[in-house]
Amino acid sequence: MTGWTGSKRAESSEAGSTKPAGTARGLSRRGLLGLAGASVAGIGLGAAGDRVALAASASPGEASASAVYPFYGSHQAGIVTPAQDRLHFAAFDVSAGVTRAELIELLQDWTVAAAAMCAGADIGEYGAVSGPYDAPPEDTGEAQGLPTAGLTITFGFGPTLFETADGVDRFGIIARRPANLTPLPHFPGDDLDAGRSDGDLCIQACSNDPQVAVHAIRNLSRIAFGRAALRWSQLGFGRTSSTSTAQATPRNLFGFKDGTANIKAEEPAVVTDQVWVSADVGPAWLTGGSYLVARRIRMTIETWDRTILREQEAVFGRTKGAGAPLSGGTEFSEPDFTLAGRENEPLIGAAAHVRLAHPTQNHGMKLLRRGYNFVDGNDDLGRLEAGLFFISFQRSPAQFTAVQLNLAKHDALNEYIRHVGSALFAVPAGASPGSYVGAALFA
Amino acid sequence: MPRVLRSASLLGLGVLGIGLLSGCVANSPAATHTALTVDSSATDCAVSANEAPTGSIRFSVTNSGDQVTEFYLLAADGLRIVGEAENIGPGLTRDLVVELAEGSYFTACKPGMTGDGVGKAEFTATKTDAAATVDVDLVTQIDTSNTNYASYVSDQIDQLVTGTDAFAAAYSAGDDDTARSLYASTRVHWERVETIAESFGDLDPKLDLREADLEEGQNWTGWHAIEKDLWPQDAEAGFVAYTAEKRAALTEQLVADTATLHEKVQGLTFTLSQQTNGAIGLLDEVATGKVTGEEEAWSHTDLWDFQANVDGAKVLYDGVRPILLKTDADLAAALDTEFGSLQTLLDAQRVDEGFRLYTDLTPAEIRALADQVNALGEPLNQLTVALVL
Repeated sequence: MTGWTGSKRAESSEAGSTKPAGTARGLSRRGLLGLAGASVAGIGLGAAGDRVALAASASPGEASASAVYPFYGSHQAGIVTPAQDRLHFAAFDVSAGVTRAELIELLQDWTVAAAAMCAGADIGEYGAVSGPYDAPPEDTGEAQGLPTAGLTITFGFGPTLFETADGVDRFGIIARRPANLTPLPHFPGDDLDAGRSDGDLCIQACSNDPQVAVHAIRNLSRIAFGRAALRWSQLGFGRTSSTSTAQATPRNLFGFKDGTANIKAEEPAVVTDQVWVSADVGPAWLTGGSYLVARRIRMTIETWDRTILREQEAVFGRTKGAGAPLSGGTEFSEPDFTLAGRENEPLIGAAAHVRLAHPTQNHGMKLLRRGYNFVDGNDDLGRLEAGLFFISFQRSPAQFTAVQLNLAKHDALNEYIRHVGSALFAVPAGASPGSYVGAALFA
Repeated sequence: MPRVLRSASLLGLGVLGIGLLSGCVANSPAATHTALTVDSSATDCAVSANEAPTGSIRFSVTNSGDQVTEFYLLAADGLRIVGEAENIGPGLTRDLVVELAEGSYFTACKPGMTGDGVGKAEFTATKTDAAATVDVDLVTQIDTSNTNYASYVSDQIDQLVTGTDAFAAAYSAGDDDTARSLYASTRVHWERVETIAESFGDLDPKLDLREADLEEGQNWTGWHAIEKDLWPQDAEAGFVAYTAEKRAALTEQLVADTATLHEKVQGLTFTLSQQTNGAIGLLDEVATGKVTGEEEAWSHTDLWDFQANVDGAKVLYDGVRPILLKTDADLAAALDTEFGSLQTLLDAQRVDEGFRLYTDLTPAEIRALADQVNALGEPLNQLTVALVL
């Protein structure tokens, strides 16, 4: 049997070496090698070795390039991990006829490959350039010479994995479907494209290097051929949220700092309370996991750019420069929604985005936002196909639904945005070495 | 889609609109401006200089106090407001850009926004070679344009009421052909003054909500609910034609809401900035809803709305054009050209009394319209600054 462990990237291994870094046997990759069935084994040792090598080779001050986040852990990485700068997000549909065992095998193969890539290794036994000369390389190779740049790979399960639109339980897991893992409701103004929505499975790959993120999705897609096919995918080029107090708040394509009041990793109590599914909420297999909402939000930036600064600031309820709430202070000052100005009108208007999205206006509910800017060329009307690929993690989809309903009905920003894609996924807890992502669902 | 904020500001104070009335002049060709700072504290209003050359002056007003503050630039009489920056929260900085003619002024701050203010001090704009002069005729012209626009709004809503009554009668009587023939031509009167009509936040969703804008379970009323019943060819499978009772309920509501709108627009007054921002708002409506074919999802009569929005913007522009000719003739020439080019494109799509359906347009024709909307939008958005500052 061909082992499928991570192999060191060429630049970090001995020249000409063809031996995989790991010593444990890996998983089969039916999609590429035509093999089926495998013992579950981790690559922890090999990955750890690579991580050390990479970290040591990075010069001080290149933290974003040298960062390495372990794939294995109690929670999946890529949620409270400090938001990286680049995203490649992909949704998959499981192929017709795939069995429960084959789905599990796919998840196992994905797990091993993801762990290897997050550790800075090529995938496969021989990697990108060291395999048999008369075989296509196992790893596609474009990440050679690149550090992981903080790569995280996060997997999720969509409602249709449990039950198709026709009510079919393909994998014998319908009884384990969380009650609230149902398609999101229609929100006012939604203009959703089915081809950019939903999916059986999702993978969020984030890195500070766009090519590393693309490499991850590309190789995981390749591994899935025949078992799951890409339904839609999205590139994001600039994070729009901070998930750590150590990060500066970035700007969205409207030019505003957004997500100032995001949940931060340094608030463990809030993360526990608002992000992770707890044992008492359940279901048991999802404990330690979360729910991922993805919304492709198109911005009509040409119209926005013609909008006077007074209105731009009024729409957000913040200053465009410093990002301070219009009620005063600095970026991180709490907005004062009652402080009034002229005509006794509140300085932060009733329809201002910061007001409507604020936890105090949403029964204390918060979302861990992890969105990215995107510009996918232009549309037929010569407008930039630009916007925000919104991602949020929360303990329950109801948190998102409540906040979004409030926004969809009242937010002044609606004049300049349109939600054109939507998806919901249950994100299982992290995998432990030797196991695979989502193992508890199939246990 | 409701224009929540701009609509509110459109009918609000119009604080920008007072500039010209009180003695500053727009658009000198100066490429640089004088940058001054103002520290508005609880007790003082410290300006970094007490004089500056005539032309563009930028006051960066920082509120160092703990109350909401305002900064005023007053005319020589100490009363008339030449420019102001209002609603500055504690700790925030806001810029006021004004164009000052030679003369004496006063600066003052008003922390807490009540009382006589603090730190009132003389400020002098000193003559330079390029100094502009104030044309007193402008004041009269502005008054005229403001009054004329109020009349235009009133007239369009009058016609909307008349047309709606006829449309409602035909539809509720089951005369679908007549109703279809009146649909687009009646809505023209709404679309011409759409930014005003939409500014009444409770009426707009009742009258003009599209199906996609509905919340789950929300009752759908207004023009587009009827539109779907009259043009059901694109409706989802299983769409059931409305009953006579539902038709009656929808038309009663439509007529009643339109009557309410009619009441609300009586006696409206406008400022110059409200007019210029209204023109921009109408063109934004074209850019986001009409040129994309989203407004009339069932009848595909989007070009009627397109033309009506442009009509409304053109009326607003024509109303202020005599003023613009004096303050920025180049901008007026650019706007004349771009409005003309857009109208040429629209005229090419005319059929009889109306227009071709959006779904009959080629992608190239739609693209040409969209490009021209952008071409007009950029100069149009300079109008407020050119006229009001």
